[in-house]
Amino acid sequence: MKFTLSWLKDHLETDATLDQICEKLTAIGLEVEDVDDRAAFKPFTIAKIVTAEKHPEADRLKVLGVDKGDGKLIQIVCGAPNARAGLIGALAEPGTYVPGIDVTLGVGKIRGVESHGMMCSEKELMVSDDHNGIIDLPADAPLGTSYAAYAGLDDPVIEINLTPNRPDCTGVYGIARDLAAAGLGTLKTRKAPAFKVEGKTPVEVKLDFASDDTHLCPGFALRLVRGVKNGPSPQWMQKRLTAIGLRPINALVDITNYMTFDQARPLHVFDAAKVAGNLVVRRAKAGEKVLALDTREYELNPANVVIADDKGVESIAGIMGGEHSGCDENTVDVLVESALWDPLNIAKSGREHGIITDARYRFERGVDPEYMVAGLERATELVLELCGGVAAEANVVGYAGYKAKSINFPVSEVKRLTGIDVPAKESRDILVKLGFGVEGSGEQLKVSVPSWRPDVDGKADLVEEVLRIHGVEQVKAQPLDSHGVVNGKILTTLQIRTRAAKRALAARGMGEAVTWSFIPAEHATLFGGGSAALKLSNPIAADMSDMRPSLLPGLLSAAQRNAARGYGDVALFEVSGTYESDRPEGQRRVAGGVRRGTATLAGAGRMWSNGKAGGGKAVDVYDAKADALAVLEACGMPMGNVQIEKGGPDWYHPGRSGTIKMGPKVILGTFGEFHPKALDALDVGGALCGFEVYIDAIPEPKKKATKTKPVLELSPFQAVRRDFAFVVDKSVEAGAIIRAAASADRKLIGAVNVFDIFEGASLGADKKSVAIEVTIQPAERTLTDEDFDGLTKRIIANVEKTTGGTLRA
Amino acid sequence: MSDLESLKSTLLNEIEAAADEAAIEAVRVNALGKKGSVSELLKTLGAMSPEERQTRGAAINVLKNEITERITQRKSALKDAAIAARLAAESVDVSLPVRTSPAELGRIHPITQIVDEISAIFGDMGFSIAEGPDVETDYYNFTALNFPVGHPAREMHDTFFFPADENGERKVLRTHTSPVQVRTMEAQKPPIRIIIPGKTYRQDSDATHSPMFHQVEGLVIDKKANVANLRWVLEEFCKSFFEVDSVTMRFRPSFFPFTEPSFEVDIQCDRSGPVVKFGEGKDWMEILGCGMVHPNVLRFGGIDPDEYQGFAWGMGLDRIAMLKYGMPDLRDFFNADIRWINHYGFRPLDMPTLFGGLSA
Repeated sequence: MKFTLSWLKDHLETDATLDQICEKLTAIGLEVEDVDDRAAFKPFTIAKIVTAEKHPEADRLKVLGVDKGDGKLIQIVCGAPNARAGLIGALAEPGTYVPGIDVTLGVGKIRGVESHGMMCSEKELMVSDDHNGIIDLPADAPLGTSYAAYAGLDDPVIEINLTPNRPDCTGVYGIARDLAAAGLGTLKTRKAPAFKVEGKTPVEVKLDFASDDTHLCPGFALRLVRGVKNGPSPQWMQKRLTAIGLRPINALVDITNYMTFDQARPLHVFDAAKVAGNLVVRRAKAGEKVLALDTREYELNPANVVIADDKGVESIAGIMGGEHSGCDENTVDVLVESALWDPLNIAKSGREHGIITDARYRFERGVDPEYMVAGLERATELVLELCGGVAAEANVVGYAGYKAKSINFPVSEVKRLTGIDVPAKESRDILVKLGFGVEGSGEQLKVSVPSWRPDVDGKADLVEEVLRIHGVEQVKAQPLDSHGVVNGKILTTLQIRTRAAKRALAARGMGEAVTWSFIPAEHATLFGGGSAALKLSNPIAADMSDMRPSLLPGLLSAAQRNAARGYGDVALFEVSGTYESDRPEGQRRVAGGVRRGTATLAGAGRMWSNGKAGGGKAVDVYDAKADALAVLEACGMPMGNVQIEKGGPDWYHPGRSGTIKMGPKVILGTFGEFHPKALDALDVGGALCGFEVYIDAIPEPKKKATKTKPVLELSPFQAVRRDFAFVVDKSVEAGAIIRAAASADRKLIGAVNVFDIFEGASLGADKKSVAIEVTIQPAERTLTDEDFDGLTKRIIANVEKTTGGTLRA
Repeated sequence: MSDLESLKSTLLNEIEAAADEAAIEAVRVNALGKKGSVSELLKTLGAMSPEERQTRGAAINVLKNEITERITQRKSALKDAAIAARLAAESVDVSLPVRTSPAELGRIHPITQIVDEISAIFGDMGFSIAEGPDVETDYYNFTALNFPVGHPAREMHDTFFFPADENGERKVLRTHTSPVQVRTMEAQKPPIRIIIPGKTYRQDSDATHSPMFHQVEGLVIDKKANVANLRWVLEEFCKSFFEVDSVTMRFRPSFFPFTEPSFEVDIQCDRSGPVVKFGEGKDWMEILGCGMVHPNVLRFGGIDPDEYQGFAWGMGLDRIAMLKYGMPDLRDFFNADIRWINHYGFRPLDMPTLFGGLSA
């Protein structure tokens, strides 16, 4: 919403400065977005051309001697056809920025003759589009004074960023009312229009709506003014419209625009000669077309409301008039329309057709119903004043009058919600000044809401009115009550685990990424997603269409992008949501990670200490497994309950992946290298491994009765390590050998570790040797040779029995 | 030269000539061992007369002591030399590079770090952290937050929609973290003090808008929480978060469907340099929106607005991260460019606490 300072002062009697006004506007919720104080126009001076000679080197140029009031002549080369001795115009001297041509002047030399500035055209000053010659002022224009002040171009333009709840401030009058209530001056009363009415408006208006549709047009007023002369509107009106960015058209159209901004009352004018028969206000018929004032043709449908005559649609109600019945300089009889429309319907139709107009802006926020007729009266008065003619009696249909909302308002609400004391009388005065009806006295008020404030519904709204006018900055900070205790843990288990997983993975040298929650449909499908319920109806881009079923496609793509930039050894992780369904419980909390190239835990890239010419080891399934288990450990998962099964979902390499489980049903995570087809489909390559851990699948930790740790029992007897090597079929998993060995004596055997795997011709084609180290920790006494022999035999027997292998000779 | 002197001279030569610990040990055995030359001389004492023993014996003992001492000295010198030689041989090039600890290489994303910082601050004020789903119902995202039917935010150009289900209901990607306000009210009786960090989504994409971004929202509901308390909470937060001694804030009346009265809050700062500085300067920067929870929202949450009251605020997490740490472009947050992560990310062991400071 834009307006000028002088415009505001039409409605507000005030001594306040521009700065004070702007500060107050922002303070009462009408945030000033921009102030153009028109300083750019200040350097232009009224000056007289004293001499005008032909340029010695150019027929079309003249060399002027210009006097800006001090009698000295300034030499200027000028090409304007109307430049002549005696002309008084607007002078710009070197150093001046000329807005219309976006140039800062210097001292120039034109065809060998120095030029110290220019005499400006209206276009160069952005006063109008006139560029036929330089500005030609009357002989009494005072030399040496500011052209801007003389021409009224120094009127500051204020732009406010209006919140959608304030339709009343889409007009300068409403803004003045708010400022007056805030103590910045006195609101001038709108004087009742007075003019003579002759005859009736011959065009009848029918509101043709089904009974449940009458809200679409709650009122319509129309008046004929006969015998107008529609020329340009007066300078003062044109200047204001131009200042706020509107283009003056002709007096009748300018009046409607002026009323839109002055009184927040959009109007429409029809050239009566071009309207056939009576007017009908109705829903549009499907496929009905109208050529609108923007010279575009719109195809309408029954969701749109139109004003039609016998020939068809003349106007899209509340949004834009039709080109056909528009007013131009030939208009003699004019029909002025002032109507009310349904805000929702206007918003929808406007959006549907992509039409943004000042009328729509106001109607979709809500136009004051009580000013429908009054606005028509004021507009009529302006038409008569500017264009002459005779006004007929208006036709007013459909308007049922305004029933004010009534709110019981204990003024103590102000203190309750804001914490400040505003005297009851002040609260009451503020509401009255804003136009609210106030009954009762003291603490309990009955407040009725004025017709221009559809946003006010209840007590809280009235508190806001009092607060913003009293001054929001009057509210000083008051501490929130302390709980009076030391604050304890505030995170939930899931939050703690999410945090732990992130820190654990970062501590493993990985970089945390945040990738998009929506991924390409084919990626989603490939990773187990792609269901219709999780496809966006209106994705921002075609490849951001499906809610991700897994973190891996996003991370794999990210790794590839880094590789393309020359960073192929990259380790990325993310701990965030994946989506199994559109229900809240369908959103999983997952930790996922990808390592690429040689980005292992030890570090990426070649390194002298790696030996073998420093070659870095490519990442593999075991790197991913270690990451996954690290997440589980960081989340407090009891690792004794974790089982690893070979294989994973389809996107993994079937022989180089695993599934982490707790019991037969609960899947805690997956890890591995990827299936070549999956990588192809994602268009990624290189050595890659990854994992996902379902953090929300980890069971809640058992509640313990005490924080005390169990007693530490240290054995006084020395631990002993024994090595075994078994020859088994290649298909036998090392995990089975470990479990078999450990089960030989759960009390004595502390740990079983695999320290060597060997495959070779000497063992046979389908055999391998697995070497384990068993740590034996006696607890009660030193073990005898017999004890060791017995234990050794049990270990060997257990492993041989469960794996079908033999002790390697 | 007496025989003793001759022996002494021979032995001293041998001691001097011994090149390593083995050689000196051989000298010792040859001189002082059971059958050593000096030991053999001592054995002759028994056959001597007392007078002879007195002179000759003393001389032999002097010789023994001197040789013993010289051997010990030589042994020690040779041992030192051997160690020195070993150390010299074992010397390496310590300028060779070593691996950096993975805990120094890894990085935490600024969003995670900021959430930890904010949690530390609000945890101290007695808030807990609430979360909710990204895929929301129209009810929680709009209706229960007092968005009227037909509000522009409910249109396709602003909000991501999913296809209508069998009941004609369309889920949305939440456009703000506010649905969690109502979910919390339904699940918990007042008093309520929560912050809600999380992902949010809007149909928007340019240098300062991303279709996915992060918000943090706060909610306080009890029997007396008011605008003055709101102001205190926000002032304390901004001071702590930006780690400055004081901040100047400006509350401006504004409008949001879910609060009444509503405010936008500006923070005073210095924007003259390339980096925004808080706690000084003469410029204003809008930093958040807030207000008293709208009575309708309380009602939707099952709370009587005449008995309880409260306030809420919300701000862009990415935005305050950018303000504090200086990232120039929001879109980079979601690109997973390792160069950006390494530069703007945080070390995994840099955990924000109030006792140790939020940032290093």
